[in-house]
Amino acid sequence: MSSVPERILPEFVPGARTAHRALAHESAVGHVTGGATYTDDIPEPRNLLHAWVRLSDRAHAGITRLDVEACRQAPGVVAVMTHDDLKAATDVGPVAPGDLVFADGEVTYWGQALFAVAADSIDSARRAAMLAEVKYEEREAILDIRQALERDAAVSPVRTIVQGDPEGAIRGSAHRIRGQLAIGGQDHFYLEGQVAMAVPQEGGDMLVYSSTQHPSEVQHLVAGVLGLPDHAVVVEARRLGGGFGGKETQAAHIAAIAAVLAQQAGRPVKLRLDRDDDMILTGKRHDFLVKYEAGFDPDGRLEGVDFMLASRCGISPDLSDAINDRAMYHADNAYYLPNVRIVSHRCRTNTVSNTAFRGFGGPQGMMAIEYVLDEVARYLGRDPLDVRKTNLYGVEERNLTPYGQVVEDNILPRLFEQVERSADYAARRRAVDAFNRENPVLRKGIAITPVKFGISFTTTHLNQGGALVLVYTDGSVQLNHGGIEMGQGLYTKVAQLVAEEFGIALDRVRVTATTTGKVPNTSATAASAGSDLNGAAAVEACRKIKGRLRDFAAGRFGIAGESLRFEADALHAGEQRLCSFAELCKQAHLGRIQLSDTGFYATPDIHVDKDTMRGKPFYYFAYGIACAEVVVDSLTGEYRVLRADVIHDCGQSLNPAVDMGQVEGGFIQGMGWLTTEELYWDDRGRLMTHAPSTYKIPVASDVPDDFRVELASWSRNRAAAVRRSKAVGEPPLMLGISVFHALKDAIASLAPKGCSVHLDAPATPERVLLAMERLRRATDPAAAGEPVEEDAES
Amino acid sequence: MANAVRFLLGFEEQTVSDADPNMTVLSWLRTVAGRCGTKEGCAEGDCGACTVVLGEPDDQGGLRYRAVNACILFLPVLHGRQLVTVEHLRESDGRLHPAQEAMVACHGSQCGFCTPGFVMSLFALFHNERDADRRRIEDVIAGNLCRCTGYRPILDAAQRMLAMGGEDRFSRREEETLSRLRELDDGEMLTLAGAGRRYFAPRTVDALAELRRQYPEATMLAGGTDVGLWVTKQHRDLDTLVYTGSVAGLDSIEEHADTLDIGAAVTHSTAMERIAAHYPDFGELLRRFASVQIRNSGTLGGNIANASPIGDSMPVLIALGAELVLRRGHERRSLPIEDFFLDYRKTALTQGEFLERIRIPVAGADRTLRCYKISKRFDQDISAVCLAVCLRLDGDRVAAIRIGVGGMAAIPARARAVEQALAGRSWNDDAVEAACAVLEREFQPLTDMRAGADYRRLVTRQLLRKCLLETTRPAVATRVLEYREVSA
Ligand SMILES: Cc1cc2nc3c(=O)[nH]c(=O)nc-3n(C[C@H](O)[C@H](O)[C@H](O)COP(=O)(O)OP(=O)(O)OC[C@H]3O[C@@H](n4cnc5c(N)ncnc54)[C@H](O)[C@@H]3O)c2cc1C
Ligand code: FES
Ligand code: FES
Repeated sequence: MSSVPERILPEFVPGARTAHRALAHESAVGHVTGGATYTDDIPEPRNLLHAWVRLSDRAHAGITRLDVEACRQAPGVVAVMTHDDLKAATDVGPVAPGDLVFADGEVTYWGQALFAVAADSIDSARRAAMLAEVKYEEREAILDIRQALERDAAVSPVRTIVQGDPEGAIRGSAHRIRGQLAIGGQDHFYLEGQVAMAVPQEGGDMLVYSSTQHPSEVQHLVAGVLGLPDHAVVVEARRLGGGFGGKETQAAHIAAIAAVLAQQAGRPVKLRLDRDDDMILTGKRHDFLVKYEAGFDPDGRLEGVDFMLASRCGISPDLSDAINDRAMYHADNAYYLPNVRIVSHRCRTNTVSNTAFRGFGGPQGMMAIEYVLDEVARYLGRDPLDVRKTNLYGVEERNLTPYGQVVEDNILPRLFEQVERSADYAARRRAVDAFNRENPVLRKGIAITPVKFGISFTTTHLNQGGALVLVYTDGSVQLNHGGIEMGQGLYTKVAQLVAEEFGIALDRVRVTATTTGKVPNTSATAASAGSDLNGAAAVEACRKIKGRLRDFAAGRFGIAGESLRFEADALHAGEQRLCSFAELCKQAHLGRIQLSDTGFYATPDIHVDKDTMRGKPFYYFAYGIACAEVVVDSLTGEYRVLRADVIHDCGQSLNPAVDMGQVEGGFIQGMGWLTTEELYWDDRGRLMTHAPSTYKIPVASDVPDDFRVELASWSRNRAAAVRRSKAVGEPPLMLGISVFHALKDAIASLAPKGCSVHLDAPATPERVLLAMERLRRATDPAAAGEPVEEDAES
Repeated sequence: MANAVRFLLGFEEQTVSDADPNMTVLSWLRTVAGRCGTKEGCAEGDCGACTVVLGEPDDQGGLRYRAVNACILFLPVLHGRQLVTVEHLRESDGRLHPAQEAMVACHGSQCGFCTPGFVMSLFALFHNERDADRRRIEDVIAGNLCRCTGYRPILDAAQRMLAMGGEDRFSRREEETLSRLRELDDGEMLTLAGAGRRYFAPRTVDALAELRRQYPEATMLAGGTDVGLWVTKQHRDLDTLVYTGSVAGLDSIEEHADTLDIGAAVTHSTAMERIAAHYPDFGELLRRFASVQIRNSGTLGGNIANASPIGDSMPVLIALGAELVLRRGHERRSLPIEDFFLDYRKTALTQGEFLERIRIPVAGADRTLRCYKISKRFDQDISAVCLAVCLRLDGDRVAAIRIGVGGMAAIPARARAVEQALAGRSWNDDAVEAACAVLEREFQPLTDMRAGADYRRLVTRQLLRKCLLETTRPAVATRVLEYREVSA
């Protein structure tokens, strides 16, 4: 039997007792024993009703008849809500209106909610929902980006970033290429589907348990549809079975439906979407169409780039503006673009409204520039790695981003150097080329791609976090903050910070469910900012309490406050242990000292001009790099990832085990997005891949055979983020781009140097084979006979 | 006659007399028994969040444990079995099971929602195969999706668990469990009526034949990996179910000199090993058939009777020239498998008839079988295209060839025109190119979410070319999955 590989996790900050240590997830034992409670596991209140939502089966149509009388009469039914039954707000759009709770006379996408039923069981609710009579008058639908561009259908105006003189630079360049790339969307496929339970309280108040990344928004929107002030609604979430952005705005709709039914029925209502309905009814990652033109010198150094980024936003604005902004802010990725124009179209289509997904537009922006650099290298017949390195941001110069922020913390050169060495790139590149000369069927490819990801919400006011720290007289601590635990280990990290501050053991800190009743007006747990914002807020709360304890102890022990330390569950002065932390708390309480406090944090030093998009949107950048090697079957397009080497920058990691999990999981999720995860709509706008039977996320055997992941332990955040750590939620997803480019590299081996290789994402075996066939046809006159269909989007 | 479902929940005896035969084990656990450790992620057998383990007597008088998907398993199937869920694993003093301990130690959970399912798959592994290597572990958890971890820590945890070894409370109480299970099941036919529905679990083939005649409209239930979804996804009411999983003899495999004779109720897991011994490529196809959980429930007979155009076993059985034994009352008839499929999901079964056995020819070492399954993902995916070629060469001449294809027509089909184009010719590029042209005319595949029609056509031609290459130039590496073995 092979021995178990021990993963070596770096020691980040020697001396830290709980922070920076590779401790287990705070709920690990609950997870493995089935004891961890998710929203659907909460003991059901008496009289609970179950809801079912009836979805439209047209993409765009007038509703000529919607008769729910039969539903109301069906056995077990207690409440039915249609648009006309709503008493207050009818829209749950998070930023701008556009997301109707129920269709109003018209359906605008396939799978839109028509009405909902609450009954004594899920089964009766579903059966009843099917009894409604619905008649449509079909209208013309806009289903994809191309159609939307042709008809100027947009959810918001075009935005542009320009720097320098891109047209002139491209015209004056020695070489030019142009082309386009279609990038598919992605379903979140959180394992726990959307769910909410609304429980009426006295006086008409509503308590909502919601699987949401954004309780404050759910609170506000639910209050809106109930016609109540925010203070009458409490939203609580202990943990989510995954979110990935899919429960940032989408959860509000689910909660709102449960809440209006509960209000109507006067009884608790739970709405848990069936997986298929979840995938049909909720938004996904935006698919993009990228057009580019680039001018470059004989070394492949970009002189001018012109990008058109168009995304399918679906039917409403949702978060599409911020997502497309972020795509624009990442169309440079790691590279200096002296002359660049980025034009962004936010297309409106009769499809479900696309939404936040890990990376939030950043991945699509990065795909654009990485693709251009790969094509530049193909054109010149050079190794793409050289072209990438030629274009990297400089450390002291060539460090101005297209949006005017100077890259001040660039560690890319070191990451490139490190990965080339640890992955043994040069030798493996030669081996890959040799393999490809010898093998008629199997082909290999290898690629290195970097990540530079901007940290902060680009909507500046969202960069705030709050916490509530309660110390009890026995010295145990209860911690609550505005962040949501969805697997990313946020609760663990913030608890570690609090334990570190008080110098107490981690098990003395208990994190309680996030609720709008404790920390109000929070931002979504998103933009990777969870621990930066909530961690810093919690530390501030601790420091306020510690300050008072210190003053109290100084008086009590007659020792200068500054020399007192909180350490090893006790208060120390120099080498001397004065008293246990518990004793200190008890005494302080008797001394009438406040043992609880709130903390608040707002990210400093960031600003953006809303019109030009210029400024300093990001507090800092998180970096990473990956080298992937694949083997492809040139007869069928099937492939495997043989090896991947990853080095990722978490600054001074708050918990290397948790961060490692984010890096590995992100890589695999990014790889899935660009390989097997294909969303397929039919020509009537119906999503056909709405369950795991048809939508294929990676499984265990898709993990690279040889998967070497390291954290860049030498990196320290130059910005004063909490304990010099860096955000890690989103950036590693984009490391998966290396796999796409390794596939492109393998395909390129079928043609002589100098050939362009067109490959859209996701690179399913089908797309890979068709790309190879196109190349074979282009280069081999004998193979020209066979028809090869172009990809739909090309 | 038994009239109540009797089983062990962990070590606790349960008797459910008014069970709705359409209720799944998952919904019973979560809504009736109030045990919410087992999760629902899809209700269609594809994500593994609902994985539980069934304990039952094996043929050697021991107790065997197998992982299954609770979301598509009907409650009455538990009769005479032990149901183990994630809540049962801890020792009574609170110590974690090695599967759990290893998952914690390796940071194998993030959001934790998939975790109970993984723990149960590992628990079954702990009981079945202590010597599993990394590849085998990947197989064992291919039916468990995790969206957070990227799997590596879970693979590590499995290896760590196996290295820990030892016993658990289930192995220590094996004898006791066996005898309690024997007490629960009196060997009589289980007959249930609940929620206006009927359920029969006959114990002999004759009783099955009789029930089938008596209730020709009843739904035959084998592993339920297709039928379960009719309830959970298509929301159909199955008023009368006749379960084949307790029928003595229907789960047997008989080895004859020239045939492998497989009972219709033999699960894929059981069939796989025996088939792989004769046809490694068929074995590999079955390894990629669904997941361990599905293969532990699903049967070869169910796959055939379900008659899906993208069912995986049928193209191979067609290529091998398998025969089906159909039975109605006391009458039996046998039919070449390709004649079983009449039209889209329409079979040759007449009223009251059922599939009793599948006979696969195994003689003839001079026959070569090649199977290819094309899908977006290697594991736990449905074929876009499946091609199986059974070839006998006489020198370089094609002495006999049979080709089965899936995903190219409304039924699993035999590629007769292609076979004719090749029969008697030299097995070389010219013949195969000519056959490719015939293939192009013989099938008009569809475009759907699994693949475009053009890709289906192109890749099928390429597979024929690959088959030629593999049978004439064996030194050339042609399979990415095998290449991985070589390089690892
Ligand atoms: C997650 C998942 C993955 C899957 N992956 C694959 C895959 O990779 N390849 C593939 O081919 N299939 C796959 N399937 C489909 C399914 O698992 C197979 O078709 C399986 O073999 C069905 O067997 P069963 O015993 O579960 O049949 P059941 O569901 O019990 O029955 C299927 C049909 O056969 C009938 N039937 C059963 N036994 C008899 C009999 N003796 N006589 C007459 N009729 C009978 C039933 O009435 C029903 O119509 C998958 C299913 C799921 C849920
Ligand atoms: S819930 Fe997904 S397999 Fe059962
Ligand atoms: S830990 Fe979240 S799905 Fe596996």
